[in-house]
Amino acid sequence: MAVILYHKKLSDGFFLLKAEAHARVFPGQFYMLRAWGDCPVLSRPVSVYDADGDGVTFLYKVVGKGTRIISKLKPGDDITLQGPYGNGFFDVLGDASGSIAMVGGGVGIAPFYYTAKKLKIKYPKVSVDMYLGFSGTPLLLDAFGRVSDNLVTDVGGYITDKIAPEKYGQILTCGPQAMMRALYQKCKTAGVSEKLYVSLENRMACGIGTCLVCSCRTTDGNKKTCADGPVFKGEAVFSL
Amino acid sequence: MNMEVNFSGARFKNPVALASGTCGFGRELNKIIDLSRLGGISTKGLTLNRRDGNDGIRIWETEGGIMNSVGLENPGVKGFIDNELTFVRSLDTVGIVNLGGHSIDDYLEGIKLLNDVRLDILELNISCPNLKQGGMSFGVKTEIAREIVRKSRALCKHTLVVKLSPNAEDITALARMCEDEGADGVSLVNTFLALAIDINAKKPVFQNIYAGLSGPAIKPIALRMVHQVARAVKIPVMGMGGISNAGDAIEFIMAGASVIQVGTASFIDPSRPIEIVGGIEKYLSDNKIGDIREITGIV
Ligand SMILES: Cc1cc2nc3c(=O)[nH]c(=O)nc-3n(C[C@H](O)[C@H](O)[C@H](O)COP(=O)(O)OP(=O)(O)OC[C@H]3O[C@@H](n4cnc5c(N)ncnc54)[C@H](O)[C@@H]3O)c2cc1C
Ligand SMILES: Cc1cc2nc3c(=O)[nH]c(=O)nc-3n(C[C@H](O)[C@H](O)[C@H](O)COP(=O)(O)O)c2cc1C
Ligand code: FES
Repeated sequence: MAVILYHKKLSDGFFLLKAEAHARVFPGQFYMLRAWGDCPVLSRPVSVYDADGDGVTFLYKVVGKGTRIISKLKPGDDITLQGPYGNGFFDVLGDASGSIAMVGGGVGIAPFYYTAKKLKIKYPKVSVDMYLGFSGTPLLLDAFGRVSDNLVTDVGGYITDKIAPEKYGQILTCGPQAMMRALYQKCKTAGVSEKLYVSLENRMACGIGTCLVCSCRTTDGNKKTCADGPVFKGEAVFSL
Repeated sequence: MNMEVNFSGARFKNPVALASGTCGFGRELNKIIDLSRLGGISTKGLTLNRRDGNDGIRIWETEGGIMNSVGLENPGVKGFIDNELTFVRSLDTVGIVNLGGHSIDDYLEGIKLLNDVRLDILELNISCPNLKQGGMSFGVKTEIAREIVRKSRALCKHTLVVKLSPNAEDITALARMCEDEGADGVSLVNTFLALAIDINAKKPVFQNIYAGLSGPAIKPIALRMVHQVARAVKIPVMGMGGISNAGDAIEFIMAGASVIQVGTASFIDPSRPIEIVGGIEKYLSDNKIGDIREITGIV
């Protein structure tokens, strides 16, 4: 059980929730969240938006039963956090240098605040261009502005239209499958598809690698999105 | 207080085991909970050859349950023996190896390979689709299942437990057949065949159309089936289906299960199976019952 330290409604059903946690968290990892008894049966996977000495913050969107229950919680209430789970971006990236693009769509922007923040600390010379696509009101632009060198946003269109992939040493993306696939195609056309890293959002049950409901097909055989991912090389999942 | 159960020669330190497919081969869970505190663990269902499993969505939440369509993704019997068996055997708990198949030859070849290794129990999963019968599960019709059980029994050197499908036409007849053919025990229930439809896409949610329902929603029906089967046979019974707490587990034990398995509830909380062990102990001590066997099958 973790105590909720902060909970704020942003807009369009988006919330920021901070809960007490002291684990070491890597960018791109996620927690399994629940704030109810045995039903709904499954806990909900949510990426780390930020983490510091006091706790971990999530940016989530209310879409169904579970997130609706979570959205009703108040500071001081308890929430169950299991995690942090998954590999995260740094595991897959290797060393970073030059210019890095982060391309998030919808609530897929969530992992990039902490990723950019940590990347800047680890590699001070790296520059980060943040591309955020929204369907409604843009969110957290101040925060994302603080951790990036350039912030490009799009509302209602295709954020992938605004990026020139060949400019970057590495491109990280998270968001709707169609957006990530479009970005992969664009990278491929530009001849730089090996620079793309994707964070997948497959449905999960255990979150730790025991049940195989989150398997994804990759060029290297089946992988567990929860334990081997959620971050994979774009080519490994989209070139099939 | 005695929690130990002798299940056809396999000694469970307590009657709580993990159900196949919900705990992999124990590696990941063993980092989170101490598996040696459990009675046993049933591995992910193996097939003779490795399988990549089903395409499309594999999990769907329902009211009080989940539907899954993993499609028996597994490393194959050889892959298991080479890479997982040593770990499963290193756990201080009864190792149950779950084996499925899509033809009788699949089962028999798998059993042959497993005959050469040490394991505690072979759990024969007869809920798999039979490719020769248009995909109908082997475990639906007693006479079709009989052939597999008979041939498996003749070949298998291990303690053989047949895992029954709740989709069977007559589950007590199926259990009696297993007893007649020499099985050392039966386990039940596997998942209930179920359907979910995406009304916006006007299509089934799952690529395979039907998927298996498990979790709290199935518990009362599973409990009834365990009760009926336990009354119909003399061989011991492992009960499962929606067990989520010690009270549920005790119900299954009272209905006649010597050992119970916990599946879906591990997704609610991976420590739940260990909490269930503690809860059963507390029940026995609160009620001044010295031995778990005193309540087995009392209802
Ligand atoms: C690794 C990972 C990271 C994620 N990070 C975030 C994040 O930072 N912020 C955020 O808002 N959302 C994130 N999601 C999506 C989030 O898990 C779902 O929106 C959430 O589970 C929906 O739950 P619900 O009860 O509100 O919806 P319901 O539709 O009632 O959920 C029913 C079932 O479907 C699953 N489900 C529904 N939608 C999704 C989805 N898009 N992805 C995965 N499972 C889904 C639920 O987990 C649940 O098991 C992430 C998903 C994954 C896999
Ligand atoms: C994700 C998942 C995978 C499963 N895989 C198998 C399997 O490989 N072999 C098998 O015999 N049963 C399998 N089962 C069935 C369970 O072992 C168990 O019989 C069933 O889920 C009912 O118990 P429960 O309600 O406690 O989960 C699986 C169940 C789930 C939820
Ligand atoms: S969610 Fe269970 S293996 Fe990934």
